[in-house]
Amino acid sequence: MSLVELTLTRLRLFFREPSAVFWTFIFPILLTIALGVAFRNRPPEPVAAAVEEGQGSAALALALAEDPRIEARVLGPREARAALRAGRVALVVSAGPPLRYAFDPTRPESRLARALVDDAVQRAAGRVDPVSAVEAKVVEPGARYIDFLVPGLLGLNIMSSGMWGVAFVIVETRQKKLLKRLLATPMRRGEFLLSFVFLRMLFLVLELPVLLGFARLAFGVSVQGSLALLVLVAFLGALAFAGIGLLVAARATNTQTASGLINLVMMPMFLLSGVFFSATHFPAVMQPAIRALPLTALIDALRAVMNEGAGAAAVARPALLLAVVSLASFALALRAFRWS
Amino acid sequence: MSENLAIRCRGLVKRYEEVVAVDGLDLEVLRGECFGLLGPNGAGKTSTLEVLEGLIAPTAGEVEVLGRSWGRHERELRERLGITLQETRLPEKLTVLEIVELFRSFYERGRAVEEIIALVALEEKRRVWYEKLSGGQKQRLAVACALVGDPQLLFLDEPTTGLDPQSRRQLWDVVLGLKAEGRTVLLTTHYMDEAERLCDRVAIVDRGRVIALGTPRELIARVAGHAVVEFAVDGALLDEAALGALPGARGLRRTPGGFALTVDRVHVAVPALLAHLEASRAPLERLSTHSATLEDVFVTLTGRRLRE
Repeated sequence: MSLVELTLTRLRLFFREPSAVFWTFIFPILLTIALGVAFRNRPPEPVAAAVEEGQGSAALALALAEDPRIEARVLGPREARAALRAGRVALVVSAGPPLRYAFDPTRPESRLARALVDDAVQRAAGRVDPVSAVEAKVVEPGARYIDFLVPGLLGLNIMSSGMWGVAFVIVETRQKKLLKRLLATPMRRGEFLLSFVFLRMLFLVLELPVLLGFARLAFGVSVQGSLALLVLVAFLGALAFAGIGLLVAARATNTQTASGLINLVMMPMFLLSGVFFSATHFPAVMQPAIRALPLTALIDALRAVMNEGAGAAAVARPALLLAVVSLASFALALRAFRWS
Repeated sequence: MSENLAIRCRGLVKRYEEVVAVDGLDLEVLRGECFGLLGPNGAGKTSTLEVLEGLIAPTAGEVEVLGRSWGRHERELRERLGITLQETRLPEKLTVLEIVELFRSFYERGRAVEEIIALVALEEKRRVWYEKLSGGQKQRLAVACALVGDPQLLFLDEPTTGLDPQSRRQLWDVVLGLKAEGRTVLLTTHYMDEAERLCDRVAIVDRGRVIALGTPRELIARVAGHAVVEFAVDGALLDEAALGALPGARGLRRTPGGFALTVDRVHVAVPALLAHLEASRAPLERLSTHSATLEDVFVTLTGRRLRE
């Protein structure tokens, strides 16, 4: 059966290419470790504030030292300004009167520092809160950065291994005239193309457990929703990127052109689709275009299932988009494919 | 079409934008023969072959292969043909066995993989990656891939180009074995010794046309005579027409360092030549003779050498 042999051949060639194995399996894990460590959740740190040296500064500093949420030091006016500019302190307080807060309101930690310092100063001066409140500290599952990151990396991995694994390999086969040699046999063209799609599906069966298993063991990242739905979404994503890979490979005759095209297709999605930070940070005018990108659809659906425990109905829209992209890209690629 | 023809093509033309690669070529290859297409690089051999192999479409002309046409019987033909291309790089990191198995899987019927590997003498390299094979071994593997479907007709495009003499001889043995089994082989080459050794008939191709056709012996005898006498004289002007008409001679042509006289009877022509030069007061600088080859046929017909 030549489809089996073709798929087996693809599999052998992949595992004999150390760089391919690295980028597909090792790199996503390294990236998860690096980002997971860099953005790990830490206990809240005290805000840094400077008290401007002058009349009443010592008493003010003393009052602030009472509050564990604030780390205050007394600095000369010039030094205090420099520290604020350099970001070493978030706020400069002058005892006044009147009491004066100098800070940059566009910096979130400065606004936080202003609120905390003001709270401490007012309490020290005898303010009594008219409403009493108690705090309940909770950690929502799936709300950490690593929980956000893992589905993003999974989507990224599905995209890049699809693009390189399909597009680059096909163009290489064409460039080496191996495609021509294969066409001189009774091999069926459809089986040749199908072997790439099969390979992607097989790989998903390996990629998913490796990345998800690692994220669970190392960072306790878990899947809130149905695992079957997650696999289905990943499957549709892999199919869509196999189709796009096929389309990219349809005409290119050398691997340099193919690499250029692959990067051209992947780079916008790499930046815009919300792999590392939420795509909602981009301006509203860009949102419709960003929503239409297949990687955005894939990552949104993966995140919804993994972090929010979303059901099939909630991911129907992105799943449909992926299915349409798959069908359209396959159909176009088959029409445009350069066999000889 | 006659039952005993493996290939028939009439008025074949292949044009690439500005270049005419094949310019009205006619060809008939008999079943069971080894037929050689000879010619310099760029003569149109490979384009002809690729049209016959159904890999490129002709601009004009009729092609029949094994009594079938490419338009209607592609799959059937693919099952019955074996092909090696001039340059194919098989996957570097597959073993000989894996590559032959892959090619075997494309054919409905064919020969056992191990048998094919033995046929091209690669048993010891079965588990070796393609990238570790020598040029000759790679070429024999390419032939193995062409043989897995048990083809009736084989196309070999420059099977020994770039190989060392020992590898060439090993590949010749493979081709002679195929011929002995009654398969039809069409090969291209620019090595005349290869054509003389392997081919029952040859067609000399130049600028996209067949300029001579026959068995190697016939062609040599008809066009180039039996031998070639090469000589050079010191300066003097020679009567070239008279030299070409000497007893036992066929004709004279200039060569880069002197002249070449094609002769039918060396023992008659050489004394006559010496006498003529003596009479013309042209002192002889050197003189040598060799049996005529297909190379001489080509040079006689075109005035150019094959591998220029």
